[in-house]
Amino acid sequence: MKLIRHLLRTPGFLVGATLLGLTLAIAFLPPLVMSLDAYQRVGLAYLPPTAEHWLGTDHLGIDMVALLVAGLRSSLYVGFLAGIIATTLGTLIGVYGGYKGGLIDDLLTACTNLFLVIPSLIVLILLSGSLQEGRSLTLIAVFIGCTTWTWTARAVRAQASSLRSRDHVALARINGYGTLGIVFLHILPYLLSYLFMVFILQTASGILSESVISMLGLGPYDSISLGNLLNQAIRNEALSDGAWWAFFPPMVLITVIAFALYVINTSMEGIFNPRLRK
Amino acid sequence: MFANHPTLRYIAGRAGWYALTFFVAVAINFWLPRLGDANPVDTLMSKVSGSLDAKSARDKEESYLKEFGLVDLDEQGRIVRDADGVPVRTSILSQFIRYVGMSVRGDFGSSIVQYPRPVADIITTALPWTLALQIPALILGWFIGNSLGALAAYRRGVFDRVLYPMALLVSAIPSFCFGILLVYVFGIQLEWLPTLGGYDDGMNPGLTWAFVQSASQYYVLPFFSIFLLVVGGQAIGMRSMCIYELGTDYVRYAKLLGVRESMIVRYMFRNAMLPQLTGLALTLGGMVGGALIAEMIFSYPGLGLSMLTAIQSLDYPVITGCTLLVTICVLIANFTVDILIGFLDPRIRAAREGGH
Repeated sequence: MKLIRHLLRTPGFLVGATLLGLTLAIAFLPPLVMSLDAYQRVGLAYLPPTAEHWLGTDHLGIDMVALLVAGLRSSLYVGFLAGIIATTLGTLIGVYGGYKGGLIDDLLTACTNLFLVIPSLIVLILLSGSLQEGRSLTLIAVFIGCTTWTWTARAVRAQASSLRSRDHVALARINGYGTLGIVFLHILPYLLSYLFMVFILQTASGILSESVISMLGLGPYDSISLGNLLNQAIRNEALSDGAWWAFFPPMVLITVIAFALYVINTSMEGIFNPRLRK
Repeated sequence: MFANHPTLRYIAGRAGWYALTFFVAVAINFWLPRLGDANPVDTLMSKVSGSLDAKSARDKEESYLKEFGLVDLDEQGRIVRDADGVPVRTSILSQFIRYVGMSVRGDFGSSIVQYPRPVADIITTALPWTLALQIPALILGWFIGNSLGALAAYRRGVFDRVLYPMALLVSAIPSFCFGILLVYVFGIQLEWLPTLGGYDDGMNPGLTWAFVQSASQYYVLPFFSIFLLVVGGQAIGMRSMCIYELGTDYVRYAKLLGVRESMIVRYMFRNAMLPQLTGLALTLGGMVGGALIAEMIFSYPGLGLSMLTAIQSLDYPVITGCTLLVTICVLIANFTVDILIGFLDPRIRAAREGGH
């Protein structure tokens, strides 16, 4: 409770939370008050912003506001799902190895280190490239989650193995708790604040990964995402046509989400880590 | 034989570990593209089959199958056929063994789109551009970012309050957005610098004055798009590392003793630098990804661009050749950092020298 009050008084956290709230509002409020169709042509290609179409049209003459709202939703969805998958995978592998120790720990650590060195973007490119059709938004999120769990696992393992020799864990062991019981009841609760921060970072990196993959033209086929919008704008000469409204707004949205999540993360670090607290 | 030579033993241990990683990377490069049902021969055939009759189409297909190593060959190099005369497909395992053998020799097969140009040829033309762009940007960015981060942590005050949020914002901007902005502002709106390509059209790469001049103009924007991002990311990491160091006993003790500030900063820098170096090794993979995308946006004639064009035209041999090479580069860089840390970190050094 005290921590939350602390958090609400940190300017960084407030800025981050406001920005995040703003992007969520842009994603979910407009469809309630106006009709947006991201597949309907409303005019010529690359019309500049007007009172009717606030951000003009894209290369097909579709309203940019409608595209942005749809794209923002997909990006948030991908980030959230990838964040959950990566955090869960990383935590399970890290906690189990860190608590168990011994051969299992060595194997899991070796595996983690191995995939840590192989660039995850490369694996992502190969995975998405091999599946031409049926590359759905959800599948992309799963791919991202499955390639970015490594550093979570590494960090969580270090934390878990330091908790392992604590008295309360030893007591739990004497009281006859099994491995799973100890991991879930006596180790994970201590890592919760840390895991929440990891989840925030993983969500941010998931959104960025999706936009990178889509920028390369390996994005989801079934939906509009911010990265897809950028890819289309660059491919259809928005830059040389000076149609800034086709590429600038998606970039701003991606940056604002990532920035908001980073700021929330660092301000939480300042609160949860006593060394950094002023 | 390494028993009496701890340094060699350390290096050999790391080398063994990286050899294993390399093998896994090769396996990933082989298996992942074969997960889907895309097949280079089908792609090639769909390009040429329209103009051929059935017989010559079959001959063509068989020569492609042979070329890409998808069918068994007998001693004379002829295709092995079953009773109906249909070529016997090679098992995926022997394909893999062949692939590993070829990769080790640096032979990545032929491009589909630019058939029969070998992938190795495409890569060797692209690689110098990538290395010349990335290595200076990464190393310079690392040094300057870390110095700024240490300074921000030590000075705090205005310097920290202004620079830190800026660095945070810069590092939140995805690399490709940054590149697009640079292209748009400096290349298209202001027209200060050329944006697309590595040198003027119609020029032949070579060591002439005119070419170097043209290439260096094209170099500026992609360089800064990578450099600034590295600076931002490193500065943030270094700042929190140094804030942590500031709270340690040795810094307080040194302050009480009245040691010069610049001296304390130097001590701190050396202590905070090791984790940053490890961090550099770990984030290198991610950074290379971002840097490749910068190349794509600037149409810089390096590996990133080769990969992008290959992805757009489904040129699988080129894609996997590029991804494998990028992975190898990242592994080599990691290995170098590992060895460097082995020499710099007094704890590892002590364990090596006193550990037996």
